[in-house]
Amino acid sequence: MADKTLPIIETQELTYTYPGGTKPSLKDVSMTIERGEFVILTGPSGCGKTTLCRCFNGLIPHFYTGKFDGDATVAKLKVNQSSIHELAQHVGLVFQNPENQLFALSVEKDVAFGLENLGVPRDEIRKRVDWALQITGIEELRERPPHELSGGQQQRVAIACVLAMQPDVMVLDEPTSFLDPVGAQKIFDVINQLNKDLGITIILVEHRLDLASQYANHVIVMNEGKIILDGSPREVFTSEGARLIGIGIPKATRLYQLLGENGVHLNEIPVTSQEAANLLKEALQT
Amino acid sequence: MIEVKDVHFAYPTGVKALRGVSLTIHDGDFIAIMGQNGAGKTTLVKHLNGLLKPTEGEVIVDKVKTKETSVAKLARKVGFVFQNPDHQLFCETVEEEVAFALKNFGFKEKATKKRVSWALNLLDLEGYRQTSPFMLSGGERKRVALASVLAWDPKYVILDEPTIGQDYQQKEKLRQFIIQLNAQEKTVIIVTHDVEFVAECNPRVVLMTDGKIVADGEAQKILTNEKLVAQASIVPPQITQIFLGLADLGLPTDIIDVHEAREVLITRLEATS
Repeated sequence: MADKTLPIIETQELTYTYPGGTKPSLKDVSMTIERGEFVILTGPSGCGKTTLCRCFNGLIPHFYTGKFDGDATVAKLKVNQSSIHELAQHVGLVFQNPENQLFALSVEKDVAFGLENLGVPRDEIRKRVDWALQITGIEELRERPPHELSGGQQQRVAIACVLAMQPDVMVLDEPTSFLDPVGAQKIFDVINQLNKDLGITIILVEHRLDLASQYANHVIVMNEGKIILDGSPREVFTSEGARLIGIGIPKATRLYQLLGENGVHLNEIPVTSQEAANLLKEALQT
Repeated sequence: MIEVKDVHFAYPTGVKALRGVSLTIHDGDFIAIMGQNGAGKTTLVKHLNGLLKPTEGEVIVDKVKTKETSVAKLARKVGFVFQNPDHQLFCETVEEEVAFALKNFGFKEKATKKRVSWALNLLDLEGYRQTSPFMLSGGERKRVALASVLAWDPKYVILDEPTIGQDYQQKEKLRQFIIQLNAQEKTVIIVTHDVEFVAECNPRVVLMTDGKIVADGEAQKILTNEKLVAQASIVPPQITQIFLGLADLGLPTDIIDVHEAREVLITRLEATS
């Protein structure tokens, strides 16, 4: 199909101001995300990351209204000319706080809700709900009311809801904040599997780069409503810009930089602890 | 001093969240309570300000049993910042939010103003004074919740997952801020999963699993103990992971800090060259 070669998401000079806002939350944002990429979107709190994500599924400008200029195209659909309903079939959004997303009386019903709305046949709904619950490891919570679950369990339910829709793009806004590190690792592994096996484009909004960086092939950094860095993880983490605005680069990369200051130059830039350990072994054994 | 004595707690649904927890928190302690989801961390800290009362055992805050006093009285001493700021915020503006508890505690108008400004300034919220908390981002709302508690200057400060939604620089500020509070003899108790944050703070770590405390000691000792850490569903800090990967070379493995890591590596490289 010809459209496979088109970017899955593209924005051109996107500028947006919330209703009643005094200054734009997004300023001239131009960027491209290719189909199948695993993107980390990061930057200081309040920099516009969440706002940008809301443009991807049409919450902006259809729900939040406000002033929308420039262009945003998702799966060939112009965001401001397509309905949220239409966009929702391509882009699934997992919110920062799972409580804002869950409302049904059982986990199972919550996960089935989006599919019911799309008119998916009953058998298919059952299959997809089972699949999503299994992948996120919450099969045993199936009958439980989401509001009685722990924060971490709720986040898994929220992810299962989006998974079940099998979207082209999954946008996850700090999806592991409430999870313990082992739980977070499992979720990242699931997201990674969706990306690598099913080719779902992942946009992960994340501050904790230590955990997430190993999966990404594209990092976008925003500051004050603008994109200030856009490139591969290694390029972005070691750039002067990253240091200036102080994004929390992985400790493995930080250690590489500190050693560099002392005149010890490792052969490559590590992002994970495994990579750092291997590079250090080389350095220490020669 | 807060004493937790063999506390058991069951929720009305029958879920046993605490199964015999004993813990002494001394004045001026800085403690991180860590462990897997559902280990009972939040349940435990909700006992420290009397929000929950033990099913068995007792909690004593400065010689007063929590069962024999009210949350309102304890709150003046034990400030609690919730994991989800939306459970805490309800006023029209950030300024009113931060002033709310102060008014309730009977602070005079002038003192209230001063403390509100102090807290807003401290948490970088001065520019949002007249903004509705609900217009702010998750990370910003979290800081409003923190400001509203710190404003009344409680002796014990409990922060439930304070780093969630916070960016790197805010975390760094939070860290310096906690250290500063702690230096002023405040007792700070954080509940967190954020291993990297704990590695940077190096507090006393209390590790929980299944409603029990399984370890209690220095962060550097506990976070570098692979077995303990796995038992509590956390992972060692990235720096520790690197050194665990270098264990064959005879380097120490109890390292959590990136600067210490540099020292150790440089010393080793100089020795071998």
